Order: sequence, then C-alpha cells, then structure tokens
Amino acid sequence: MNNDVFVIAEHSDAGLTDATFELLGAARRLADAWGGQVVAVIVGNAGVAGQLGSADVVVTVDAPADYTSEAHERVLAGQVTSRDPRLVLMSMSTQGLDLAAALSATCDRPLVSYVVGLEPDGDAVVATAQIYGGKIMAEVVVESQAAICAVIAGSFPADAGRGAGSPAVEAADAPALDGLRTTFVARHAPDAGDVDITVADILVAVGRGIGGEDDIELVQEFADALGAPVAASRPITDNGWLPKSRQVGKSGLKVKPRAYLMFGISGAPEHLEGMRDAELIIACNTDEQAPVFDVAHYGTTVDLFDLLPELTERASA
Amino acid sequence: MRIAVLLKQVPDLVEEFEIDDAGTDIDREFLTFLLNEFDNQALEEALLIKDATGATVDVVALDDPEVDQALYTAIAKGADRAIKLTGANGDGWLSTHARAAVYAGWLTGESYDLVLTGVQAADDLDGQLAPMLGALLDVPHVSVVVGVEAADGTARIRQEFAGGAISELDVSLPAVVGVQAAGAEPRYAAIAKIRQAQQEGNVDEVAVDPPAAASGLTIRRMYPPEKSDRAEMLSGSEADVADRIIALLRERGLVQG
Ligand SMILES: Cc1cc2nc3c(=O)[nH]c(=O)nc-3n(C[C@H](O)[C@H](O)[C@H](O)COP(=O)(O)OP(=O)(O)OC[C@H]3O[C@@H](n4cnc5c(N)ncnc54)[C@H](O)[C@@H]3O)c2cc1C
Ligand SMILES: Nc1ncnc2c1ncn2[C@@H]1O[C@H](COP(=O)(O)O)[C@@H](O)[C@H]1O
Repeated sequence: MNNDVFVIAEHSDAGLTDATFELLGAARRLADAWGGQVVAVIVGNAGVAGQLGSADVVVTVDAPADYTSEAHERVLAGQVTSRDPRLVLMSMSTQGLDLAAALSATCDRPLVSYVVGLEPDGDAVVATAQIYGGKIMAEVVVESQAAICAVIAGSFPADAGRGAGSPAVEAADAPALDGLRTTFVARHAPDAGDVDITVADILVAVGRGIGGEDDIELVQEFADALGAPVAASRPITDNGWLPKSRQVGKSGLKVKPRAYLMFGISGAPEHLEGMRDAELIIACNTDEQAPVFDVAHYGTTVDLFDLLPELTERASA
Repeated sequence: MRIAVLLKQVPDLVEEFEIDDAGTDIDREFLTFLLNEFDNQALEEALLIKDATGATVDVVALDDPEVDQALYTAIAKGADRAIKLTGANGDGWLSTHARAAVYAGWLTGESYDLVLTGVQAADDLDGQLAPMLGALLDVPHVSVVVGVEAADGTARIRQEFAGGAISELDVSLPAVVGVQAAGAEPRYAAIAKIRQAQQEGNVDEVAVDPPAAASGLTIRRMYPPEKSDRAEMLSGSEADVADRIIALLRERGLVQG
C-alpha cells in the first residue's frame, strides 16, 4: 500500500460529473496529509483527462464507451490491485452502487458507504457516514487496511476540485475484456414530462407520508392555490401516483426553487441530494427526529392531513 | 427458471433511535423491524417474473429479528418456498460483508438462475449486498435496477442512472441483481393468507456456519445529527402553523395579498 488517494472519475454525456470534482477536493486534503498523490482514474473516456487539473496523476484505461458494471469492475480492480492506494474514493451514484461493494469484495478492502465527511488521522482515514436514512451519523476508522469510501453527492464543495494544474496523464493497459457476460443494449433518456419542476419558483413536494394515491389531491389543491407544481419523493413516482418527471433526488431531478415545501418526506440522503440548495425549505413531518429537519429552515410536526387544508384555504384567500 | 430473493429486516426508520452505552451502535432492544423496502421491491420484481414466466421464487433470509413475519408474508404473496439460514447471526447484527459471505457459501450449493435483493440497506455501512455477492460468486451483477425480463439463460435488465436515464443490458444467467424499484407497486398480502402461511409454518430452517468475514471497520462513535443547525420548529395548532408558513412565503413575495 502507498499513500495515494484514488478518485474514480465519472463522466456522463455532459462531461465529468460534479461529484468527481467533489471527490478530487476531498482527496487533496487526505493525500497532502499522507504525503501521497491524488490519482484520478478514468475508465473509457480519455478525452476528459484535461479537465482533471487538480489531480497529480491521471490514469486513463480503455474500456467500452457504454458503461457496464462487469467491464468497469474488471478495469478498476486491475488498477486498485496494481497501484494499491491507501484510499479509493467513489461517488454513491449508480456506478458507485454497482462497483464499490464489488471492488471491496474483489480487492479485499473494507468499504464505508454513505460517507459525508473524511478526515486524515495519522495513517488512518476517519469517515463520517450517514446511516439509517440519515437519522444516525457513524464515525468510522479504517486503521491499517486500504479502504474504499463511497461518498454521497454534495458532501464536499466541487470548486475545491476544479484546479487548473497539468497532471501527468498515463494510459494504462486495459485488462483482457474477453468472456464478459454483460452486454450493453441501449440507453434511454428520461421522459421530459408535462411540467418542468426545475424552473418553478415554488415546489410543493409530497412523500410517502401521504399514505395513498387518492390523497395526492390534497397536496395538488394547495399547489394549485399557490400556482406551483407538485414534486415528489421516489416512492410516489415508483408507485405511479405522479409521473417520474416530478421526482426530486439522486435518480430524479435537482431543483433549486425559492421555496420547497415538503409534506410527509423523511429526508433520506437520496432525496436531499436533489433539493438541499433550495432558498427556503419548510418541512411537515410528524416524526420529530426525521432527518428532513436537518436541512429544512422551518419545520412542523403537525399532521399533514390537518395542515394542508388550512394552507390551501389561506393561499386561496 | 429458479429465482432466490434475499430478504433482510431493518429497523423501522420512523422510530426513535437511541445509541447504546458504548456509544458505537444503536440500541436495538426496543426497535421494530421491517423488511428492507428495497428487498420488498426485489420480491415484487421476482413475483412479476413468476407471473410472466412461471419461474419459482424462493425467499431466503438470515435469522434477523421478526424475520418469520417477512417470510410468511412473502409466501402469502406467492413465493414458493421460504428458507431461513440459522446459526450465522451469533449475537445479532451482521455486517453486509459477513452476510455476503454466508449467502455466497450457501448459494454455491444451490442452482438459482437469478438472485435478487434490494439495492441497499440503510442500516449498514457497507450495505450493498448484490455487488458483493456477485463478486464472491463470480457471476455478473447489476444494481440500481428498475426492471428484469428473464428468459432462458439470459435476462434483459433496466438500470437507472442520475436524472432517470436508463441503460438496457443483457446478462447471461446466473446473475445477481440489486433492485431499486419493481415494475409495479409491491402487492399486498391478504391477512388471511399470511395467517395461513403462519399456521402451516412452512419455513425451512437450514443451519449454516457463522461467517469469518468482518467488514474491517471500527466504529468510533455513533450519534444523532447535531441539533444546532436543525430547522426552527413552528409550534401551535395547525391554524397557527399555516399562518406562519403563509407569512414566510408572503415575506418573500411568493404569495400575493
Ligand atoms: C440509488 C437510489 C436512488 C434513489 N433516488 C431517490 C430520488 O431521486 N428521490 C427520492 O426521493 N428518493 C430516492 N431514493 C429513495 C430514498 O432512499 C428513500 O427511500 C425515499 O426518499 C423515501 O421517500 P419518503 O421520504 O417519501 O418516504 P419515507 O422515508 O417513508 O418517509 C415518509 C415520512 O412521512 C412522515 N409522515 C407519515 N405520516 C405523516 C403525516 N400524517 N403527516 C406528516 N408526516 C407524515 C413520516 O414520519 C416519514 O418521515 C433512492 C434510493 C436509492 C437507493
Ligand atoms: N450500521 C453499522 N454498520 C457497520 N458496523 C456497525 C453498524 N452498527 C454496528 N456496527 C458495529 O461495528 C462493528 C464492526 O463489525 P464487523 O463488521 O464485524 O467488523 C461491530 O461491532 C458492529 O456491531
């Protein structure tokens, strides 16, 4: 093991993801403390190497352009094993959820997921993770072994990772990619939907606390009175109670309205990822301990079924 | 086609969590345990495949708190067989690394075409079982999955990315899949059917060895998020709270009048 910190860079059609830069910023502090290098690893798109200025070294490895867990895992396992960095940082994106635990098993390294904080402590890394849907924080030490940390998007500032250096770029040999059992077939863009919730000034957001499809109407009435669209947490769109285009969060849309009003949403990290930068956040949740109150500016534990009619009445007046 | 769905009980996230005396774990004594919501999605996806193809669906769990209830419910929903692997849990809580080791050991002697489980479990720092299991069994694995169409020897899988983009993949079977959401809202089991499954008591118990694998992590401290930057709580009746919320919006010019 050496003192390097790996950052697994992620790219989409729009280029490198913000999460990649967030990880680069976090990696810098750790690598400096340990006297190691920040090594950014890009699988399958060497073209974006030039944007990774804040790394010390950029490693590019060829792989099929279309992501599959199997090909990428084989490539990354090769790099992690041969270069043996003290720490591997990945984002808890789809790729992170696909690969971090697999690499942990393949490369025999401990894994800390749901990470929101990283501190060096001598040779060790102390990771702070958000478990139980954000209700509990855990401070975890990985003492002697080289670890993998999967980091929740938005935990570190992206700007810290957007440096303008000119790191050495090394093209690494790709491992043999024969015998793969996963084949990429097609990629589908998300449905545009009837309303664009990313441009609204106010959003009225509803979560599983609403209980059933029929009661969505209660939220809709308040939203109508405000002239705002209804947004939703994942269970609501998964159940088909509202279209997927209304979903806010990790696998939904990122929104930054002037006001985000939440009813019956617990505030799981995957939801907060999509809305924590809203200017004003007001949350209604009967559970006083709900993690949503950690990001909301104002909160109430009044029952949403009692509160919504009162709000609708006042907004319509 | 034989499908195994791996089920795990997790504390009900709506409950109040307390930290134990050592300050390094939650106190599980008074918590209610429920089926991990994503495992429930995995079960639904398996039952949809069964409806479409006539596959058999076995549900498999370790000896977690209140797990029998989850197994009987799965049978009431249409699972063919429930299997409880006993002897692995020891004092109770098992890391996902340890769980993966137990499951990998047991699955190696079985012949499932598809192993489905939830995309993650929020009660665990290394809570992504599917990829770990795929790696240990050396079979393909895909996570964050929102649809599985299985045919002989192969499955077409829909994997979801940020913003709702979808990749379609073909994997050869056997494979392990981490399910994010099933193609339909998880079905309900009739209470009478759950009771019937309970009375018939059809849970096969299979003794397994305790796992050697640990997560390699040392928890230094567990704590609830700091109170300092929590929301300002609005008190009073629903009418009072509604007045305050409307006033907050009005101050910002977001409601007229
Ligand atoms: C890879 C991945 C991606 C994901 N992407 C997203 C995403 O994009 N968006 C997203 O939202 N989630 C996403 N999730 C799911 C996320 O983990 C949570 O499961 C989800 O956000 C929970 O939704 P919820 O808050 O509506 O439901 P719950 O967590 O069940 O919360 C319901 C809340 O309602 C409250 N409540 C109940 N009754 C009342 C009442 N009468 N009045 C007031 N409050 C009440 C309860 O106290 C509870 O806190 C993702 C998960 C994964 C693994
Ligand atoms: N949610 C959790 N995630 C990881 N470790 C936990 C968790 N809760 C408790 N622990 C404790 O962390 C230690 C790690 O154990 P092991 O995974 O066996 O190395 C054990 O003492 C566990 O009880």
